[in-house]
Amino acid sequence: MVELNYYLGLSSILFAIGVIGVLVRRNAIIIFMSIELMFNSINLSLISFSSFLGDVTGQILVFFIIAVAAAEAAIGLAIIIALFRNKGTVNIDEINILKW
Amino acid sequence: MDNFITSLLGENILTFVLVTVPVIAFVAVFALYAVLGERKISAWMQNRVGPNRVGKGGVLQTIIDGLKLIQKEFVSPIRADKYIFNLAPIIVFTAAFMGFAVIPFSSIFIGADLNLGLFYFFAITSLGVIGLMIAGWSSNNKYSLYGAVRSVSQIVSYEIPTALAAIPVVMLAGSLSMQTIIHEQAGGILNWYIFGGPGAISKLILFPFMLTSAVILFISTLAETNRTPFDIVEADSEIVAGVHIEYSGMKFAMFFFAEYAQMFAVAAIVSTLFLGGWQSPFGDLIPFLNNPWIQFGWAISKGLLLVFVQIWLRWTLPRLRVDQLMTVCWKFLIPITLIDLFIIGLYAVL
Amino acid sequence: MPELTTILFYIFAFITVGFAIIVVSTKNVMYSAVSLFMSLFGIAALFLLLRADFLALTQVMVYIGGILVLLIFGIMLTTKITDAEIKTNNLSYIPAAFFTTGIFVILIFVLYTTKWNQKTPIQNEETISQIGKALLSSYVLPFEIASIVLLVALVGAIMFSRKK
Repeated sequence: MVELNYYLGLSSILFAIGVIGVLVRRNAIIIFMSIELMFNSINLSLISFSSFLGDVTGQILVFFIIAVAAAEAAIGLAIIIALFRNKGTVNIDEINILKW
Repeated sequence: MDNFITSLLGENILTFVLVTVPVIAFVAVFALYAVLGERKISAWMQNRVGPNRVGKGGVLQTIIDGLKLIQKEFVSPIRADKYIFNLAPIIVFTAAFMGFAVIPFSSIFIGADLNLGLFYFFAITSLGVIGLMIAGWSSNNKYSLYGAVRSVSQIVSYEIPTALAAIPVVMLAGSLSMQTIIHEQAGGILNWYIFGGPGAISKLILFPFMLTSAVILFISTLAETNRTPFDIVEADSEIVAGVHIEYSGMKFAMFFFAEYAQMFAVAAIVSTLFLGGWQSPFGDLIPFLNNPWIQFGWAISKGLLLVFVQIWLRWTLPRLRVDQLMTVCWKFLIPITLIDLFIIGLYAVL
Repeated sequence: MPELTTILFYIFAFITVGFAIIVVSTKNVMYSAVSLFMSLFGIAALFLLLRADFLALTQVMVYIGGILVLLIFGIMLTTKITDAEIKTNNLSYIPAAFFTTGIFVILIFVLYTTKWNQKTPIQNEETISQIGKALLSSYVLPFEIASIVLLVALVGAIMFSRKK
């Protein structure tokens, strides 16, 4: 029997991997993918709570998270492509115009 | 389980594997003979003879072609990305075959009668586009890349009218399960959803709207399988062969098989949703024709009829331009399906 | 002999975590995207093990059929095909390691010290009708707002990516 803790442990491992990706990588698109990984780890923990409680509320929350993630992906990639068009790069170390 | 294999042998892992065997065998045989059929039909439409050397009237032609493709060397371009280049045909092939899990062949045979069968089909078929994209990117060829970019814009756009045209049936049947949708259409040809479904009043009111939904579903699934007139993804005269340029031998055969498997899959979905799937058109008039084993014949012949229409269209219509393709999708199909959806939804609520 | 669901859990957990590690560690952006594909698939399979069939398919449809396609599209538009490319990670290995370990330790600590409220065993019932009823009764306002958010995102993305 796989217990709730196993799923939550898996979810925290995934979250940590996502955090590493955001902190270490310099390519905007890979940072974006790491954020998606963190979203997914949260979805996984919400669904395991929902499933082990026998209540669908957690699943509804995940449904909204997925909807917002889709919106976020569209906007985020549009921003990345606009940046690429203006600066010719997606390396976030070179996109430092707001930094003094 | 409404599956004769599992009811004979009980539910365990072995029987679940056994269920897939007839489906895969059917798809393989179908793909082989659909290629031959397409060549013969095109020859017939263009007043030619078509393949006629191997076997009687060319019946063994595609088997010989397949043997030739298997024997070919595995070539990949020197600047291509080897791993992704080899992964892409596998993804396309798997995605095309996974859809068959929910296609009902008879009241006693379906791979898996999921509660969410139709949704599963749409979700799985959307995987194929990833395979096409990474195939185009990894070939390291500009025409492949153009083909990949075109495939995304086309398939992602046409997913919308496909789903919107299928929703009216789901609303009327009240279920996403393929078998339930077919059971709702029992009782002869006039109860099929293309004629408005069971019920005299619903036939009168809904017939025109269901008919447009059915036609739009057929058109947009045609676009999702990249068949002419929507084959800008592989348009031979503009971008050589799109994502297939660098593929040869067995890898090319996998793309080819996937295309024909998908043709039958979408034909079966259209026939399940609007043409009653395995239901006999005579209903209860001839009870013998409702025998579960004869239902296989109905399901397959309806599918083959729609596949014939697909082939017919391919050899009749010219290819659309990219801008015309987008115009058709966003300015015509989506508004029409939305109106249909609204009216049928209103009827379903009242 | 362990239960089948246990074996499946370990297989899918291994796939998910293994490919997630490849996503953040490989130098080639396209390999990251393909590994993300596998990782998302693993998560969809875990959703199925948790009997959330509707969300597993939504995951496949939205994340893999939508977001990942957009991502690959973004990669195609922002990197040259033949590039050896990408100067990676010129900084922050050590702070990143500290920070991540910190977060991970806190998460695991919370996880093992909390007494989670749970009912066993998991019921095997249809989720889609429950989700549908809840979405159109208790959660109808968030549902409508989500659709407006999507519409705004659509318009916004078109505005951003249009040439001036």
